[in-house]
This record gives sequence, C-alpha cells and structure tokens, in this order.
Amino acid sequence: MTVDTPEKLLTPVLSAFWDHSESWTLETYRHHEGYEGLRKALAMPPDDVIAYVKDAGLRGRGGAGFPTGMKWQFIPQGDGKPHYLVVNADESEPGTCKDIPLLFANPHSLIEGIVIACHAFRSNHAFIYLRGETVPVLRRLHEAVREAYAAGFLGEDILGSGLNLDVTVHAGAGAYICGEETALLDSLEGRRGQPRLRPPFPAVEGLYACPTVVNNVESIASVPAIMNRGKEWFRTMGSEKSPGFTLYSLSGHVARPGQYEAPLGITLRQLLDMGGGMRPGHRLKFWTPGGSSTPMLTEEHLDVPLDYEGVGGAGSMLGTKALQCFDETTCVVRAVTRWTEFYEHESCGKCTPCREGTYWLVQLLRDIEAGKGALADLDKLDDIADNINGKSFCALGDGAAAPIFSSLKYFREEYEQHVTGGGCPFDPAKSTAWADTPGSTTHREVTA
Amino acid sequence: MTTAERDAGADAVQLGMPRLPAPDYPADVRERLAADAREIIARYPGSRSALLPMLHLVQSEEGHVTRTGMQFCAEMLDLTAAEVTAVATFYTMYRRKPSGDYQVGVCTNTLCAVMGGDAIFDDLKEHLGVGNQETTEDGKVTLEHIECNAACDYAPVVMVNWEFFDNQTPESARRLVDDLRAGNEVHPTRGAKLCTFKETARILAGFPDERPGAVAESGGAGPASLVGLRLARGEEPAGRAATRRAEPHPENPPPDALADQPPAGHPSSHDAPQETSASDPAHPSTASAEEPTEEEGA
Repeated sequence: MTVDTPEKLLTPVLSAFWDHSESWTLETYRHHEGYEGLRKALAMPPDDVIAYVKDAGLRGRGGAGFPTGMKWQFIPQGDGKPHYLVVNADESEPGTCKDIPLLFANPHSLIEGIVIACHAFRSNHAFIYLRGETVPVLRRLHEAVREAYAAGFLGEDILGSGLNLDVTVHAGAGAYICGEETALLDSLEGRRGQPRLRPPFPAVEGLYACPTVVNNVESIASVPAIMNRGKEWFRTMGSEKSPGFTLYSLSGHVARPGQYEAPLGITLRQLLDMGGGMRPGHRLKFWTPGGSSTPMLTEEHLDVPLDYEGVGGAGSMLGTKALQCFDETTCVVRAVTRWTEFYEHESCGKCTPCREGTYWLVQLLRDIEAGKGALADLDKLDDIADNINGKSFCALGDGAAAPIFSSLKYFREEYEQHVTGGGCPFDPAKSTAWADTPGSTTHREVTA
Repeated sequence: MTTAERDAGADAVQLGMPRLPAPDYPADVRERLAADAREIIARYPGSRSALLPMLHLVQSEEGHVTRTGMQFCAEMLDLTAAEVTAVATFYTMYRRKPSGDYQVGVCTNTLCAVMGGDAIFDDLKEHLGVGNQETTEDGKVTLEHIECNAACDYAPVVMVNWEFFDNQTPESARRLVDDLRAGNEVHPTRGAKLCTFKETARILAGFPDERPGAVAESGGAGPASLVGLRLARGEEPAGRAATRRAEPHPENPPPDALADQPPAGHPSSHDAPQETSASDPAHPSTASAEEPTEEEGA
C-alpha cells in the first residue's frame, strides 16, 4: 500500500478556513474569495450555469448521489409558475454530522450557493429548512442572511444582475422523517411531515405545488467553489463518476473523530491511518459508510473506495459519509436494537409495513438482547425486515431494514450467542469514551 | 391563574361532556403575539407555512404548547383546532405539559449511547431523581433522552435548550445540571450563553437572538471539526485525550468556584479552565485567533 501524507490526501475546500476565529462572518468569507463564484455565475446565462454544474459532475451530498445539475435541469422553464429552492438542512440521519458544523463555521458558502442555484433555475425565493435542535447554527444562519441582504447578495437586483431573491430560514420542530424531501415539503407547508407519493416529483409539483428543487446543504455549498475555480479543477479530485471533494465525518472509537474533507474515493483505511487509527489497543469491528441507514461493513471493507460506486459495490451505500466506527467492545445487537428503536420512534405512521414492522422488530430485538429470544426469532427479524424493505413510500423503511440485514449477514453468531447464552456477553462500560482513561471510574455517589 | 393552570384544569377527564373551548390569551398578550405572528406569516407565500414557527412562538410564551396557544394559531391561520393539534403532536420539540427552564437532552442514539450516553442518562436520572421527560421539583431542569443531534464526532453529547455540550462524562453532566439548578452562568461548548427554554423558543420562531455577542460566542468551529484541516496543513491536531474532553473558552470566564470541584482529569464543558487547553498549541479554543488566514483560501 502506498503511504500518502495527509497533506496530499486531504483537500479542505469548504472547511479551508474553519479555524479562523470569526470564520462565519461575511468579511472572513470574502477574504477567502467568497462570492467570487457568484460573480462568475451571474455573468453567465442561467442555462449555461446548469450545464456547467452538470459537466462538473457534482452529485447530491445528502445520501442518494443524484446529479445536482440534472435536478436543476428538470425544473420546467417559462411555465409561469414560481420556482422554489428548498435547502435540506434537517441533518438527522444517525451518525451524520457534516452539515451542522459546516453551517456553524461557514454559512455563507450555503448562501452563495443558493444565489447561484436560484439564478440558474430561475427562482426568487429559497428556504433553508434547518432542524430545530441546533440553535447555535440557527443563530449564525440568521446572521449570515442578514449580512448577505445588507451587502446586496440577497434582495433586489443582486449585484446589478436583475435577479431578485429572498431567503427564508425555517426551523423545524424535531422529526427525522422531515429529512425525506417530500415529507420536508409537507412540513414546510405547515403539515405533519409525511412523505408524498411520487409522481408528481417535486421538480414538477413541489412546494405549494410549484416546481421545486430540494438540495442538501453540502451540495449547494459546493457550487460556489466549482464556479470560482472551474469544473476542470473539481474533476481533478475523485473519480470519473464521483468527482470532487466532500466531507467525511469520522466518529466512534477512533483516535481522532472529526471532519475530514477529502476527494471522493478515499478509503476508511487511509482516513484512519492519518487520524491515528482506532483508539489504542482496540480493533475495528463494524462501521457504517453513511449513517445507520446504510448497511454496516466490517474490517474486510477497509479498502473500499468511499464513493458512490465503490460503496455500492460492497453492498452498501455512500449515504452521508458518516463513518461511525465501533470497536470490539461494542455489542452489535445493542447497536442495532438502538437504531431500530430510533426508526420505530421516527416512523411517521403513514405506511403500514414501516409503522408496524419497526414496532415488531423492536419487540424481538429487545427480547434477544435480554436473552429472552429464540433462534427462530433471527429468521423472523429477517422476514420482517424483508417486508419493510422497498414496501414503503419513502426510504425510512429501507433504512430500518438495512442494519437488520447487514448485521445478520456479518454477525449472526453474535445474535445466536445472545439467545443461547441467555443474554448480552458485553460490558457496556468498556465501550465508553472514558473506559481506557486511568482513574476515570464513574463516581456513583449523589452529591446533592 | 395562569393559562397553564386553566389549561390543566380543562384537560381533566370529563366523562360524557365535550371539552370546553380553550380560554383565550389576555388581550395584551394576544395583541403582542398577533403582531409577531403577522411578521412570521409574511415570510411565506402560503400562510400555513407559518404554523411550525408559530407553535415555537406560543411555546416561547408559556413554555409548552397549550390549547390556548393552538387555538391562537388556528385563528391566525384560519385552520381548525384539530388541524393545528395534529401538527403540534407530530413534532417532538413541542412540549405538551409544563416543563423546566432548561431542557437537558442526553443523546442515546447508538453512537452516543455506546460512547457513554446511556451511562450519562442513567446517572442524571439518579442524580436528579427524575425519569425521562420529567422535571425537577424546583422547575429548573427537564431531563430527557434525545435522538442523534448531528454531533457524533463530539460523542457523548448533551444538549441544553438545544445548545451543544460536547464530549460529556457523567461527572461533567452532573456538574452541568447542578449549575443550572444553582443559577450559575453556563456556557455551552458550541453555542451561546444559555437562555431559558422560552427565550430559545423565540429564536426558533425566527426572531434572531439580539443579545450582544451571542452569534460570535464559542468561536469558529469546535476542535473535532478542525481535525482534518489541521492534518491537511501538516499540523498535529488535538488527540483523543483532548478532543474527548469539552474545552472551556478563554472569553468565557468560569462561574464562581463551585462547592463540588471537578476531580482532576475530568474537565467540564463550562467550568474551570483546564490544562489541556493551554498546553496544547494545536487546540483551537486558544489557537484559532493566531492562525494566519489570508492564504488558505487560494
């Protein structure tokens, strides 16, 4: 294996100045060529901007990897209806933690991307749907939008281009399902967040039944750099089908959890190598490539290229690039049970397979974890997951099935141990962040 | 009698009798909220879009979403009370009963749970003597477990009024709730000095935090967010021992000395400055201001 240095492997673009003491301000952003991409975009006809982003090969960073430029192209032009851009900042997929630090440290990259996108597919109103549980980010988005209006990057006749654009920051109210784009639209219309049947797709009938683009934060925030530095530069990173840079979020039992901005196609081994590996004295047991809804992988997948094709080829999905790494102290049954409890709690209730199926999965898993299960329950788990997968309106159902299928595939023996051994063989205290710190035993006495 | 009390009375089981309509807000409160609501409604092409922010708004008035608040939303938006109730009960951030000034949420989704969130939650339940979604007798703290809050690289995470308290331990979390109950000033790892739940709800309704310095507080990015950037520059980022612990911020002076001093090796998110910060030159809580910034964007 070639050993590359982090300086060669990593490509900070969005994160390039996050360590500036006032990284979130317009002034800092402009010192780092902020809003230069917008000037170039506004000098181009809108259709050319769409073609440019398409040629760059930017794919959606929210999980599905759909080409961003193509999404914009689907918006019918000259239809006389308002067009809307809705930015999905409802980052809630378990393990995913890229958009929130991005917006906290560098909100103007999103604002600039919004203006470029709205110029391209001719929209005069954009919405940022931010999950409500992140007030520090909401504060900085309010401030960034205020600054952008004051500087003429939002509002009437932006930079003399004739483009008028308003941006509304909208805080959600706590519902994972609203990260699903059609549930998000229902929520933004003031309803319960429940997915819609497609077609019609949002590009035809989205927000208020008007043509709407729903894009992830990181997708939109990546556009200004593409416009400013060029599509050729963008394509020097990543692969032919998965070009560009992206944020990988390393978490769990690793020596240095955090954000690593790198070209698509880097491997977990490379990321771990430069970050100091797993915590000292421990081995990787299982990991998710892109949140809990992407089938888990193991040590044998350390060299899988982390791009859309590579992870797909390994039987999983790139998803949100949320690399949650668990070491050998972690009980996979406990992990999957907790994720399944999450899906059960967050199922919106619209589709029977997901609503009922996640409930019964939780019942079975809790029994198995407590040593009260039977071996036949393992097949039943598989069967229920199969009856959820692909049989609901939205991907939440598929997401709920993914940890079940993949954990049974790689760790069936561990499930069986719980059944035959009458309970969980793991000590949860050994998995904690402080487990290996000398003298850090939890003090149990009540001090009040 | 507060609206909440009236509301609690109206919520009592009344067999065979239809529930009475919710009482209205006092005239001056209603006038003030109506002005805010009109401002919210004006942000959207379709008025119903204002419903989620307006539910945050009525929560900022009473600390939870009351029948009075829902009735107010219904009237302002020309919806039925049933339509508003259907929405208010769908989203977990709307509280349905009176709760504390500080909502302490411990992440117990898989990653945080494994990294210690379960231990922290159990410890706080015992320490505070309350269960999930219950409030301490002094009305200060409502404890609950929450789902993944997009801070997994800072696990285990505790949120107070939706501000980040990163890299918590049972000890640091216990000191945190003690400080909240004692009325000490508390600063999150990422976010601004804590305000009450009601004040937070007003920000969520879309009214910016007007407190001087609130936007800037806690600096650019947290330490874990900077790990890749520092490696890319050939610098040594903060290692596990440092990133695993929440850091105090130099601009936030610690609150007065606490009766319960933290044991050595357990830096808290919000109290006395710790050695790790000063002794680690790569650490952003002090180093960020020193970094050259002009050339990196090129």
